[in-house]
Amino acid sequence: MAKLGMAGGGMSELEQGIARVMNASEVTNLRRLSGGASRETWMLSADGGDYVMQRVRAGRPDGLGLEPQVLIAAHRAGVPVAELVVDGSHSTELERPFMIVRAVQGESIARKIQRDEEFTEARGVLASQLGAAAARTHQISADEVPGLNQSDQLTMYRNVMDEMGEPHPVFEIAFRWLDAHRPAHVRQTLVHGDLRLGNVLVSSQGLTAVLDWELAHIGDPMEDLGWLCVRAWRFGGAQPVAGIGSYEQLFDAYEAVSGLRPDFDAVRWWEVLGTLKWGIICINQATTHLRGISRSHELAAIGRRVCENEYDLIEYLTEMVK
Amino acid sequence: MTAPHDRPTASELLQAVKEWMEQDLMAGVDGRLAFHVRVAMNMLDIVDREIALGAPMEARHEEVLRGLGVSSDAELSHKIRTGEFDADFSRLLEVLRPVVEDKVRVANPKYLR
Repeated sequence: MAKLGMAGGGMSELEQGIARVMNASEVTNLRRLSGGASRETWMLSADGGDYVMQRVRAGRPDGLGLEPQVLIAAHRAGVPVAELVVDGSHSTELERPFMIVRAVQGESIARKIQRDEEFTEARGVLASQLGAAAARTHQISADEVPGLNQSDQLTMYRNVMDEMGEPHPVFEIAFRWLDAHRPAHVRQTLVHGDLRLGNVLVSSQGLTAVLDWELAHIGDPMEDLGWLCVRAWRFGGAQPVAGIGSYEQLFDAYEAVSGLRPDFDAVRWWEVLGTLKWGIICINQATTHLRGISRSHELAAIGRRVCENEYDLIEYLTEMVK
Repeated sequence: MTAPHDRPTASELLQAVKEWMEQDLMAGVDGRLAFHVRVAMNMLDIVDREIALGAPMEARHEEVLRGLGVSSDAELSHKIRTGEFDADFSRLLEVLRPVVEDKVRVANPKYLR
């Protein structure tokens, strides 16, 4: 009974900290979920409501960036997102930068969304809902969230590739082709940067929230649509959009919200770039293992997935250089 | 070609480890650890396929590079990057396709369309 008499009636130190920043009388059921490489993710209940707390991992100096501001802007634009409750990006109350959002119901695991009976109805509407959510995201202009990265994606991944120094002739063809065929008349808007199954929540009726805004940046909005169609993010599904929907569904919904019909060639350009980008990320993961930064057989295995992207790029480029 | 080693062959050794992982190890783990065991079994399969298929693939890779007038992927990459093949992407993709398919055939044959 050592906890008796502690302030907050048996709450752990972290629970007490959370109760303080939320102005809640009681925080219970705090449990850690598996998170990404840079963030910890925790579920918790506070005064009867369910919340998610994300906190920067120990030893990561990068902070939360502008994610809280991006979330607010997305919410204002009508994108389904988890509501921001506490922005702790400059707080030291919980030792490291954090934010707390209201929990949203839904499944994030791609294979379940693609296969389970429960999501049959959702699969019929998801491509349209993703198109609408993307269109609303792209109504957010660069000056609404000042300070976001505006780097040219092709240059960015050229630099990552060069830093690793592994030769891949097919990737070099892709770089040449992409550089020579950049889309014309590009809008500059907020781009989610990682819109795909795995980063969205889906209920039996469809999309409930777009998550993981940490890669949001300013750029050509068609990047989000192309990324959604990269073969890796089809998770084995036969259809182009997240493996479950058609280009028409995606484009129709996008146009209905924004009045702008996505240009198929521009989306395909971003699909090629996305395939190249995922291939380079795979090399990067294996390099993390090989250089001893983080020894892991899982990271090592990803190195042998690089060729899947070379294979896909040959398919794309063969069609495009005809 | 005759190997000096006794049986089990390299492939038979891998299979023995894989069977043990599949039948004994998997029964005692779940969640993240089970996922990591599956990743490891998959890696053994990659090595096994590379042992079985690797030699002719190496020969094919070399022959393709020779046909393109280069001696390594690094040299080919450099030439593509500096524009030497710009007029020739169609042929280049056609020539590189079997090499990339070989890589996929070892790494993840189910991926091939």
